[in-house]
Amino acid sequence: MQTLLFLIVFPILVACLLLFVKRTTLRYAVVALSALAIGGASIYLLIRYAFEGAVYFAAPSGAIDLAMVAIEMGLALFIIYMGAKFKNYLAIVLAVVQAALVVYLEMTFSGSLHAVNNLFIDQFSIIMALIIGIIGSLIAVYAVRYMETYHHHHPEVRDRQTFFFFVIFVFLAAMFGLVFSNNLMWLFFFWEITTISSFLLIGYSETGEATKNAFRALVMNLLGGVAFVVALILLAATEPTSGGIELSRVLASPDAAVVLIPAVLIGFAGITKAALMPFSSWLLGAMVAPTPVSALLHSSTMVKAGVYILVRFSPVFAGTFAGLSIGLVGGVTFLVASAIAISQSDAKSVLAYSTIANLGLIAACAGVGTYMLVWAAILLIVFHAVAKSLLFLGTGAIEHRTGSRDIEDMEGLIVRMPKMAVMMFIGIAGMFLAPFGMLISKWAAIEAFVQVPFGLIFIAILAYGSAVTVFFWAKWMGKLVTVTRNTERVEKGFFEESWAPLYIITGLVIAAVLLFPVISSILIEPYVLAIYGVTAHLADANVAIMLLMIALLLVLPVSFLLFKRTARHLPAYMGGRPATPDLHFAGSLGMTREAQTRNYYLTEYFGEAKLFRPGATVCIVLILVSWALAGVAL
Amino acid sequence: MNWLIGAVLFLILAPIAGGLIAGIDRKITARMQGRVGPPLLQPFYDVGKLFEKERAVVTTAQNFYVLAYLIFIALSGALFFAGGDLLLTVFAFTLAHVFLVLGAYAVHSPYSHIGAERELIQVMAYEPMIILAAVGLYMVSGSFYVTEIAATTVPAILYLPGVFLGFAVILTIKLRKSPFDISTSHHAHQEIVKGITTEFSGSTLAQVEIAHWYENVFLLGFVFLFFAWNPVIGIVAVAITYLAEIFVDNVTARARWQAALKSGWLATLLGIVNLAILSYMMLGGA
Repeated sequence: MQTLLFLIVFPILVACLLLFVKRTTLRYAVVALSALAIGGASIYLLIRYAFEGAVYFAAPSGAIDLAMVAIEMGLALFIIYMGAKFKNYLAIVLAVVQAALVVYLEMTFSGSLHAVNNLFIDQFSIIMALIIGIIGSLIAVYAVRYMETYHHHHPEVRDRQTFFFFVIFVFLAAMFGLVFSNNLMWLFFFWEITTISSFLLIGYSETGEATKNAFRALVMNLLGGVAFVVALILLAATEPTSGGIELSRVLASPDAAVVLIPAVLIGFAGITKAALMPFSSWLLGAMVAPTPVSALLHSSTMVKAGVYILVRFSPVFAGTFAGLSIGLVGGVTFLVASAIAISQSDAKSVLAYSTIANLGLIAACAGVGTYMLVWAAILLIVFHAVAKSLLFLGTGAIEHRTGSRDIEDMEGLIVRMPKMAVMMFIGIAGMFLAPFGMLISKWAAIEAFVQVPFGLIFIAILAYGSAVTVFFWAKWMGKLVTVTRNTERVEKGFFEESWAPLYIITGLVIAAVLLFPVISSILIEPYVLAIYGVTAHLADANVAIMLLMIALLLVLPVSFLLFKRTARHLPAYMGGRPATPDLHFAGSLGMTREAQTRNYYLTEYFGEAKLFRPGATVCIVLILVSWALAGVAL
Repeated sequence: MNWLIGAVLFLILAPIAGGLIAGIDRKITARMQGRVGPPLLQPFYDVGKLFEKERAVVTTAQNFYVLAYLIFIALSGALFFAGGDLLLTVFAFTLAHVFLVLGAYAVHSPYSHIGAERELIQVMAYEPMIILAAVGLYMVSGSFYVTEIAATTVPAILYLPGVFLGFAVILTIKLRKSPFDISTSHHAHQEIVKGITTEFSGSTLAQVEIAHWYENVFLLGFVFLFFAWNPVIGIVAVAITYLAEIFVDNVTARARWQAALKSGWLATLLGIVNLAILSYMMLGGA
């Protein structure tokens, strides 16, 4: 239990310390050392508890419960203040409603608000802790140098770096709290902290746009927060049958119909936090924040909290029509967001849409909730976290160096920034290619959906969805590997220290791919077995084939040596015109003209304007349907 | 050990069979157009000649991607004929094509760039249908393993006519036949600049050809699965399907990429309707 408490409390202490650290070098030292401590502690957690199954701890409550309510009220006041300052009255209304509901809950059901075990750890929590502890803290390390350069590039932004790092570490602490809480009141408390943290980080630059987007994220997440409190009230009111506010008892509740409505409401909170449609716009708006924030939100914190809660509740959803409906929200989100990603040329928006798509897929798995799908969902969470953090940090580094994050401007990156290009290549491969992680999960999902009623809908969604995924990733990859002539290499002299987190995360992506059978057998399979009594795993023959494919991929680059032998270099074919290797050709009237290559974005088919509205409408209907169905089940 | 024999036989025999099929294809095509056509072994002569050409590249990296393309096409076919997991085979197949596309991107040339984009659009057009075909075969045979699908005594085609039709449509894309040969055309009279392969020459282009032979044999093997309950009917059906593809190739003009994408996706819809009816029947019957 000490490790759990350490992981929750230590980042807060670091956060407070960082408020007083003004010099970058000192800050770098503090952040790097804390990252080491946090990462080390999460690995210790893995070694200590991986084979123990679920372990519960009766952490002291009483005073802590009171403190949490007090802080929640303080946060509500803060939102009201900010809402008044920036004239966002919706935020005020939601904050007031939520605070009133919390007070009502505390006053009316104080008897049933005590959990025997406030904290717990099981394999799923360990996975989440590793993601938060290792990837999250690496992003924090990366952020130190990044923010220094960021302020060089953006002199107009007020330098609030001490505050920035304070929030980042509070965020990490809240995430640890969230995944270790067995007491749903605690979980809700940490849930709200993450909402506020993301609000503060998105609004960091204090521009009009940043503030607007920060409030959008806040309002949407507060909506989820309100649903969460309502769920808590329902659970507290039906404590004898539902198990009250203790997560483990709720999940094991004998009366599934009673817990279904709270589960659907908490699932709705998960949908808002995971930025599924129609709430996806907050995550896109969050792009205005500095890149490390995006990396953090997308890979190890915020949105992962949303899918974490959905996957936690999937045993409740399993086999119900309400769960199916939530799964469909995920499925539709996956399809629509993947399609929209085709029309985007801003690297960060492609990444954002692909995150939304993947979270949709995870939600689809969690909503339908069979044991195989939960297995696939957790695997998706792992692979998405490592690959996406790499891609975001890489995009940030490229943007710093080349001044653009447009995919078209990444043409020839393999020549200009070879190391960076290889890392991006690995990250992208991890997102969609066999035999890498995401694809394993998609494949497992197809196999699992075949076996469930109405699974065909999901299979159709997956079939179309993964095809469009190939399109937008492959064309990005293509831009990276284009060998351009006469371009300057700009990689050297780039702020050196920031490479370290990138290298480590690249290593993690490769490790995750190579070790996924181990990750699965040590952490995911036992968890699924404990919940469902049966477990999924890939056939040994298939694992062997995938390892063979990876071996081939690793050996193939050696063949580059084969091609070192002399071959005549010719300029590209330009319709028979005399051409130079850098795409210039002799035009008419003795003019030399330049040819350019640009990717297709197919906006008339896959544009945001065309697809977002229908997708969001379908998802809103499905969410309402899930509520209605949960009511009917009761 | 059967699986190993299947894989090895595929790796050795598929290029020979693929080349012969290409030869027959050209012969029949010529006859349909009232020509005599080249000798049966012409494709082998062509590829042989390519290996003797001077080594010329725009960038050395292109050779790497094409080699990877060839290896992964051969691997996915070998997986298929070893009786492996059909979905895994399909994904390995996609990986192979991504390598070809990357090769075309790597050379940084306008024609091959357009070809690469079009190839990706084609991948987007056919991929859903291939996945659905695998799922359809699973629904009939209860397994994703090619060995078990091939061993089933159920006449899959009777349950999956829509899926088969859809598959036939995307087969036209995959065999690089008109009207869907948008990323590369194999007819010299239509086009000198061959889209995605514009900048590949000599032995590299030969590798693309050999990969295509592997690919065709794999695809015909996939067609065979629909008729696997009776091998004789199966082989006849494969032959008729291929003849039909040649016929379509000769009577249609090239479609635009929009039409290719829509056709591929509509064909997939046909497959989905088929599977929906099938699953309804299975649920109703049980």
